[in-house]
Amino acid sequence: MRVMLTGNAAAAWGARLSGIEYLPAFPITPQTEIIETIAKWVDFGEFNCRVVMLDSEHSMVTAAGAAATTGVRTFTATSSQGLLYGMEMLYTVAGWRAPFVLVNVSRGLASPITLEPDHNDILAARDCGFLQLHCATCQEVVDCILLAYRLAEDSRVRLPVIVNLDGFYLSFTREPVKLPSAQEVAGFLPPFDPQNQGFRAGAPCSQAVAVLGGTAYSYFRYQSHLAALNAETVFTESAALFSETFGRSYQAVESYRCDDAEVVFVMMGSFATKAKAAVDRLRSAGQTVGLLRPLLLRPFPAEAFRRALAGKQGVAIIDQNLSPGFGGILHAELAANLYGHSGCNPVLVSFIGGLGGRDISPEEFFEMVKTTREAIASGSTPPPRLLYTREEFREMKKWQAIALHHSTGEKQI
Amino acid sequence: MKTASRILGSAFFLEGYEVQDAPRYGAERRGAPISAYLRASHQEIKERGIIRDPSLVIVADETLVPMPAASVLLGLSAQTMLLIHSREKPQVWRDRLNVEGPILTFLSSGGGEDKPGWRHIGTACAAAGARLVGVVSWESLAAALKQELAGFNATSLQENLDNARWAYDLMEPNQGIVVPGRLLSAGAFPRPEWVDLQYEDARVAAPAIHAVMTSEQVETGLWRTMRPVIDSAHCKGCWWVCSTYCPDGAIQVDETGRPKIDYAHCKGCMVCVAQCPNHAIEIIPERGAQSLEMAGKDS
Repeated sequence: MRVMLTGNAAAAWGARLSGIEYLPAFPITPQTEIIETIAKWVDFGEFNCRVVMLDSEHSMVTAAGAAATTGVRTFTATSSQGLLYGMEMLYTVAGWRAPFVLVNVSRGLASPITLEPDHNDILAARDCGFLQLHCATCQEVVDCILLAYRLAEDSRVRLPVIVNLDGFYLSFTREPVKLPSAQEVAGFLPPFDPQNQGFRAGAPCSQAVAVLGGTAYSYFRYQSHLAALNAETVFTESAALFSETFGRSYQAVESYRCDDAEVVFVMMGSFATKAKAAVDRLRSAGQTVGLLRPLLLRPFPAEAFRRALAGKQGVAIIDQNLSPGFGGILHAELAANLYGHSGCNPVLVSFIGGLGGRDISPEEFFEMVKTTREAIASGSTPPPRLLYTREEFREMKKWQAIALHHSTGEKQI
Repeated sequence: MKTASRILGSAFFLEGYEVQDAPRYGAERRGAPISAYLRASHQEIKERGIIRDPSLVIVADETLVPMPAASVLLGLSAQTMLLIHSREKPQVWRDRLNVEGPILTFLSSGGGEDKPGWRHIGTACAAAGARLVGVVSWESLAAALKQELAGFNATSLQENLDNARWAYDLMEPNQGIVVPGRLLSAGAFPRPEWVDLQYEDARVAAPAIHAVMTSEQVETGLWRTMRPVIDSAHCKGCWWVCSTYCPDGAIQVDETGRPKIDYAHCKGCMVCVAQCPNHAIEIIPERGAQSLEMAGKDS
């Protein structure tokens, strides 16, 4: 069945088709529609699942982790400030090895407070031990949730997974989505087998024990790391089964028109489809350009990136995030991944764009290719470039003139 | 507007198009400006977000035209069809905005001064847009409307259908006037003027508003569709009640001790109407009130 769905509705459908049994919830824009949609289904008797409103995201993540360790298929969702409010428990429940799925709807972090997306929220959770899948379309939202449960519950992994979708550009955007039937899903995602998890009051176990000294701690932390690394293989297997079952193929790193490309864009999330549109136009103008997009960000698909970038001349990495005092996070991860691998040393040009939902225009994509080609020709890498135009700066100065009500003494640029 | 874009989006989808529709919110408050984007194509749609080169711009509330937050004028070109729900003639808007492209104005049939009529503007805009685009049949539009308004009762649904049909027919002379958008070529494109942001002192660069009363410059009164009007014959002057309950502080007290509503900032929530012990605050449609003001008849 192909229907028009928003990213939020797609997330709700992903959870419903996965047969979730428990949904601890707390509202936050632009995520709230997800839990509202599921709650409405439950209210109208269309779907059976326990929905509980918690007092905060901190409690919500705790409840999700606890429920997962009782052997219940658990789903939850948050966004931005909410993800950060639950941050302590993200690390904690990942350490429990509690398998469940959390949808994050990306939204720029305060301050200043905003509603529109960038990836600093989800990247703040980069090191918490959750796996991360990053969606670019509403179809991927449904599909990634199904894939995420297979990853999370596999005995070689058993870790929670975050499925990320961008606020507004996916959350409130309707696109045609092919919804699989419950029967089809049953063939892909069997009921949750919690194995030796299954905490009951009558059969208690001590979960998440305290350890002193680094020996036990190092062991447990590193085991989580190894489990996360296993997830790449499990992803490949699951994606193959997914393709067989539903006819849609996913790779850990999506490669779009890359095979013969001289210059490649690397970016993640929904803005990557804009890069695809730019690639099409650049190709029409005779330029061999492609796009690589990590759908799987944790574990980092290192080998897949190296394979795809072998022999490439230049890469334009567009980070929709900013690590203050450093720069773009994806740029850093990719550079670290490629370093020291002979035969895979393209010029890496770093761009920061799309912060707080700031649009990236077609001509900016074209110009980024131009900049990257100049870097290839000159052999010197330009400094990171913030995508910000003179017109935007003029607008900013207008607002500041009102907000400050005196001469700002700004430098003219 | 979100629903209007969904109606038109679903209609395109039923016609076999690939579709993408998305609302864009600012303040999540009733009456605050809202816009929505809609793309339809026979190919997979890879662009998303802001439409920089619209083929058709529909304005449901003419008071939004000058507001930067509403971005009505963004990307208007000689090819853009501009449809405004307005009493003014197209030439008035052409003069005001200095735009080259085709302009049409219309008023929703049910959109008289009564409140129920206002509810159908979105439907009428979607239906008018469908006819202007010219590739959406009435059958698809009606089916989309029924789908998107599934929760409405039969009477309300029928009113919407009737109004949509009226607007769809009204635009018949201009059927198919909308020109499909063209893709910007990567061969010769206007280069973006990127700037290197320079450090500015934190006194400037921290997100703080130091100037006082800046919120007064935002005329949230534009959000109002209905207007509370104090009937001086029944007002007993117990100003403390209405002015305290007003959530926006938009009721002041004049020198004679009478409450006075600041219409530049009253959002039309009608809390004052509910609270007034003497039932001395009436509700009138905003557009009618504005006409009275223009005619100099308003007290």
